[in-house]
Amino acid sequence: MKLEKEQVLQIATLARLQLEDEKIEMYSEQLSTVFDYINMLSEVDTEGVVETTQVTGLEDVVREDTVVESSEEKRQKLIALFPEKSGDLLKVDAVFE
Amino acid sequence: MKGLNELTIRGAYEGLKNKEFTSVDLTKACLERIKERNKDINAFISIFEENALVEAKRADEMIEAGQQQMLTGIPFAVKDAIDTLDARSTGAAKILDNYVPPFEATVITKIRAQGAVLLGKNNCDAFGHGASNENSMYGPVANPHDLTKVSGGSSGGSAAAVADYQCIFAIAEDTGGSIRQPASFCGIVGLRPSYGRNSRYGIMPMASSLDTVGPMGKTVEDIAILMEVMAGKDDKDATTVTDAVPKYSKNLDKKEKFVIGLPQEYFNIDGMDEETRKIVEEKIEKIKSNSEFDVEFKEVSLPYTKYGIPVYYIIVPSEDSSNLGRLDGVRYGVRSSEAHDLYNIYAKSRGEGFPEEVKRRIMVGTYSLSSGYYDAYYSKAQKVRTLIIEDFNQAFAQVDLLITPTSPFTAFGIGAKKDDVMAMYLADVFVSPSAVAGLPGISIPVGKDSKNLSVGMQIIGPRLSEEKLLNFASLVENI
Repeated sequence: MKLEKEQVLQIATLARLQLEDEKIEMYSEQLSTVFDYINMLSEVDTEGVVETTQVTGLEDVVREDTVVESSEEKRQKLIALFPEKSGDLLKVDAVFE
Repeated sequence: MKGLNELTIRGAYEGLKNKEFTSVDLTKACLERIKERNKDINAFISIFEENALVEAKRADEMIEAGQQQMLTGIPFAVKDAIDTLDARSTGAAKILDNYVPPFEATVITKIRAQGAVLLGKNNCDAFGHGASNENSMYGPVANPHDLTKVSGGSSGGSAAAVADYQCIFAIAEDTGGSIRQPASFCGIVGLRPSYGRNSRYGIMPMASSLDTVGPMGKTVEDIAILMEVMAGKDDKDATTVTDAVPKYSKNLDKKEKFVIGLPQEYFNIDGMDEETRKIVEEKIEKIKSNSEFDVEFKEVSLPYTKYGIPVYYIIVPSEDSSNLGRLDGVRYGVRSSEAHDLYNIYAKSRGEGFPEEVKRRIMVGTYSLSSGYYDAYYSKAQKVRTLIIEDFNQAFAQVDLLITPTSPFTAFGIGAKKDDVMAMYLADVFVSPSAVAGLPGISIPVGKDSKNLSVGMQIIGPRLSEEKLLNFASLVENI
């Protein structure tokens, strides 16, 4: 299976990943190799086999939905992590031109 | 006399208890070793010297006040893909280069609550993606036994730090072999616990249906001591089980009968190194001929073993691509300075902040989960996963534990497989299937090859069989 450069670019756009132009051919080849390999699963007969979605056997794990107050100290730590800010507000560029 | 940094947890505990040295002495010995070796081995991304000495002093006060617990005053290191409170945690990716978590992984909080001393954060493959530690944006980690060889991965920095006596123990994460394979390459002990045994709260999530967090150390006893502290139900991780946590370290000398399975698929594959196989088989012969053990061996078959890697490389990138969506340069982490609109904040920050392997996995996962392909990939993989689990169930109906080599070969050269994606993925061939099944597995060192590189033996058990697994590993580790 060959993933063409156009497909790689489309996947990268969907995944919000900027790729360097000179690496696109490399990704195209590498991803094609990976899919060639994982396609070997098609030889396995899975008729009637149930999907495994979890391995613990736990079901409906719930807890009380209680409100826990966050401290001002923690709030300031979170604000300090903002890449850009205006006062205590997170700053982002415009969504539209 | 051995350096203090060479001690085991047990040895350090006794020395602190008997006032032979202080935690400050022990911590300084580790910090000196790190400083001496980090430029060659690169096992640490961050070193918290000043804070470690403050914590050590506090631990000494606890000991003085008669409040010593097993881990009080013991210096340790943590894989950088695990969040540590107020201490930089990059995941080995530049997108989190400046990230200082305002919260901490539950297992780390439990360990630090005993007064253990956090030395720093270990290098790893970014977000745990890799088997050689070459996918770190902070450079590869060298194998302490041969600096031209890889440390293994993804927890290569943790394995190298323990093997090179830069810390007493390390805490790492294993999604598909990331604790066991580097433990094997570096000649130390590493346990992947059963899925759900230890809380993953505060672990940077990779593949949520496989991720585990476990200990790396110098002896099986140290691993048992750590599991007693780490394991247990956590309200912050809904996958943790409520089963009581056994006193793992108290039962290590228990003489019991073991029925051990030898899965033929793990001894005969293409690319298996003859010497590695021979060293593991010699260890098995030693167990067989040791009259002190009541051990019966049986040949078993796990016919779906060869599908472990393809199943892994669908499920893991799929879950990866979803989990890593949170890293977007918006609320925390590094935002690209080149981006001036929302799409580019995402695309450029991720493009600049992720290494190639992370991008590959996100793309494989995005494609596998996209409309029209879900049934052929993710759903198919989850069905084959069921067959792999049934393989193990059948084997464990006949035997207590399985013995296999941890890796088909010893540590390879830095750069040797870097551009061959499939060759790198296949390095995890013996550690992926049990991870897919949620089983516990331990790697213990069983010798060195003619190139002086460590060989590891893996012991796999049924879910929540850590007690028996550790008991057996402890009995065989020194014969």
